[in-house]
Amino acid sequence: MTAILNQATLLFPSKSSNESFARATAACFAAQLDPTLEELGDIKTAVSEAVTNAIVHAYPRELGVVTLRLRILEGGVFEVSVKDKGVGIPDVERARQPLYTTGDDSRSGMGFTIMESFMDWVRVRSLPGKGTTVTLRKRITPRMGGAR
Amino acid sequence: MPIRLVQEKNDLTVYLQGEIDHHGARGMMLALDREVSARDPRELTVDMREVGFMDSSGIAVLLRCWRRQEETGGTMRVRNVPAQARRVFTAAGLEKIIPMDD
Repeated sequence: MTAILNQATLLFPSKSSNESFARATAACFAAQLDPTLEELGDIKTAVSEAVTNAIVHAYPRELGVVTLRLRILEGGVFEVSVKDKGVGIPDVERARQPLYTTGDDSRSGMGFTIMESFMDWVRVRSLPGKGTTVTLRKRITPRMGGAR
Repeated sequence: MPIRLVQEKNDLTVYLQGEIDHHGARGMMLALDREVSARDPRELTVDMREVGFMDSSGIAVLLRCWRRQEETGGTMRVRNVPAQARRVFTAAGLEKIIPMDD
């Protein structure tokens, strides 16, 4: 069991205006690991994808609650989980395929591909009718002189 | 409007602005549809120097422009892509489809 060194949880309604708030908050929290600009950009992008999925797909007809849980784990690991109580994903393997989307033509179907290439670890747990939790981890490389 | 336009004869340069995510992508697409169709450029240049952040929503925005240019016999290129947006394009393999400078 990996030790949890710090944790913060944020709840917000599934409004698209909260996408920028969620990724900025995640980046602020991750900043305590002294990430590079590139690592921060990767975290912002991956969180943006996960939160957008919850907003677009989990609650297609009404607003619901999205829970963003941020953690610092032992060994310089940043973890974020995005949880919803929405419609769920019937086929997670299929949803993770590049270009697969059930969205309209403003969606590229590349969300999971980007989460997978920018983060070290991606886990998707989903139950149709119950909701989805996407958990992402990224190890932040220690830098010279950085306090850890 | 999250775009700025500079026209030179038959060519059009579009400067995308701000943060491109799902929240803003629809509005940006509609603005691009309207402005690019009205000018019907031979060469469309999309300049991204004023983009502060972009997620996969930006891929859909650019692919839509690219398809439009393909269908009308025009060309398209993308320039001044910030590092963060460049990583998104690379992860998606978009550089294999749309020419990108530098």
